[in-house]
Amino acid sequence: MYQEVILDHYKNPHGRGLRDGDAEVHHVNPTCGDEITLRVKYDGTTIKDVSYEGQGCSISQASASVLNELLVGRELADAQKIQETFLELMQSKGRLEPDDAMEEVLEDAVAFAGVSKYPARVKCALLSWMAWKDATAQALGGADAERKTA
Amino acid sequence: MTQLPGLLDTEAIRKDFPVLDRLVHDGKKLVYLDNAATSQKPRQVLDVLAEYYERYNANVHRGVHVLAEEATALYEGARDKVAAFINAPSRDEVIFTKNASESLNLVANMLGWADEPYRVDHETEIVITEMEHHSNIVPWQLLAQRTGAKLKWFGLTDDGRLDLSNIDEIITEKTKIVSFVLVSNILGTVNPVEAIVRRAQEVGALVCIDASQAAPHMPLDVQALQADFVAFTGHKMCGPTGIGVLWGRQELLEDLPPFLGGGEMIETVSMHSSTYAPAPHKFEAGTPPIAQAVGLGAAIDYLNSIGMDRILAHEHALTEYAVQRLSEVPDLKIIGPTTAEDRGAAISFTLGDIHPHDVGQVLDEQGIAVRVGHHCARPVCLRYGIPATTRASFYLYSTPAEIDALVEGLEHVRNFFG
Repeated sequence: MYQEVILDHYKNPHGRGLRDGDAEVHHVNPTCGDEITLRVKYDGTTIKDVSYEGQGCSISQASASVLNELLVGRELADAQKIQETFLELMQSKGRLEPDDAMEEVLEDAVAFAGVSKYPARVKCALLSWMAWKDATAQALGGADAERKTA
Repeated sequence: MTQLPGLLDTEAIRKDFPVLDRLVHDGKKLVYLDNAATSQKPRQVLDVLAEYYERYNANVHRGVHVLAEEATALYEGARDKVAAFINAPSRDEVIFTKNASESLNLVANMLGWADEPYRVDHETEIVITEMEHHSNIVPWQLLAQRTGAKLKWFGLTDDGRLDLSNIDEIITEKTKIVSFVLVSNILGTVNPVEAIVRRAQEVGALVCIDASQAAPHMPLDVQALQADFVAFTGHKMCGPTGIGVLWGRQELLEDLPPFLGGGEMIETVSMHSSTYAPAPHKFEAGTPPIAQAVGLGAAIDYLNSIGMDRILAHEHALTEYAVQRLSEVPDLKIIGPTTAEDRGAAISFTLGDIHPHDVGQVLDEQGIAVRVGHHCARPVCLRYGIPATTRASFYLYSTPAEIDALVEGLEHVRNFFG
């Protein structure tokens, strides 16, 4: 479960710290007490920044770091595809062996495949991704964004 | 092998607990240190459960046939065993519930529906403590919300004990009930019952004690405690899940109203009204957990065969050893009393900045089972400014070698995340 990649992100997180954003959300995982405050900054439909502060287990913190690395600079549609693929992997209960295509989309995030075997920890891995989705919906405003990010 | 004075013959005892032989994660020996969550069950209890269903199964207090009479005798026999185990003046003071939570909810609901002088209403106060398990917080919050009563509590000192410095302001003439834990499930603290009971009696308040973490680990004497109600659960003391106990003083059980209505708890029923059976049956509506009560009786026989005073001495020796060994682990901070004085065998700690879920997961990979999280006592975590703790808790079959394995495991955790 604790892949080297995950530990690296935990110890040396990418993009940590809160910076200017269009929307801010605060999400918690009540079972662990993991918390994240996350901001998104958009330039049109391009993700300019995802900044965050949080506390919690290595899985939740490393996942936020991976998210920052993967999503910043992307077009919203690409980011949504990554988010959906990551969600699919995390909900696979360890039954999904990531193939080359998935690895290409998820990059470092495929390291979380092992976490999907541990139901108690899946929420830790998804915390920042759910926060990003929520913040994006708020930043891009109203029903239009809801539909785009659903 | 570390030898400590007061230890039980764990080599012999462990043979009674089949699950302790289990290997986990590709052949690693199970080190079970999650006893405050639930204890393992000895063969003697498992056999009685199987025998009950294989030979005696029937509903109780109803039929006139052989099995019904035998099942009733076994169920009521378990009540006798519980009564003797806690030194209850009368067997009729022992109510079977499904767990300690139900026992505590039952007390709260008896008082919510009671007439004077017991009635809890908007002019009265309820007192608990900041170290309660959620099961001794939420029922009182519900009662306070529904009646308008004021909920008050004792705070905690920095070293994990109750702060009783303002006891006369917390427990007042308005207090109707004081409910507190005898041994904390998260801090391990053994609370000073006498001081609290004395003040409660001064103002005429009832006292309810949550003994869930006490009954499995030390002699329990409800008369010596001088409480009005004592609650505990079976599965933490070698019994099955699904069986709990509420002990209450007889005159209170006679006066207080029932909570759950149904079969078994009645005397006569008409379409207009009913009269109730005497206690304890008044509080045991419906078919009770029969096999589970019989299993709890077997667990009590098992614990008595070893001796509660000897179990207490064993766990005290282990706790002394554990706090000393854990203090050698760099960055480890015990949350709760740091010595074995007035302390039970559940030890919570933090390990530097490493999140307890990571600690627990890496220990699990080594076969070591601990509990991580807020242990259903979130206000304690808030009080000490931590998100969660890792908790190791011992029982009569725990050994110094298992504590050594824990310390070694924690070193591995530190290196892993260091």
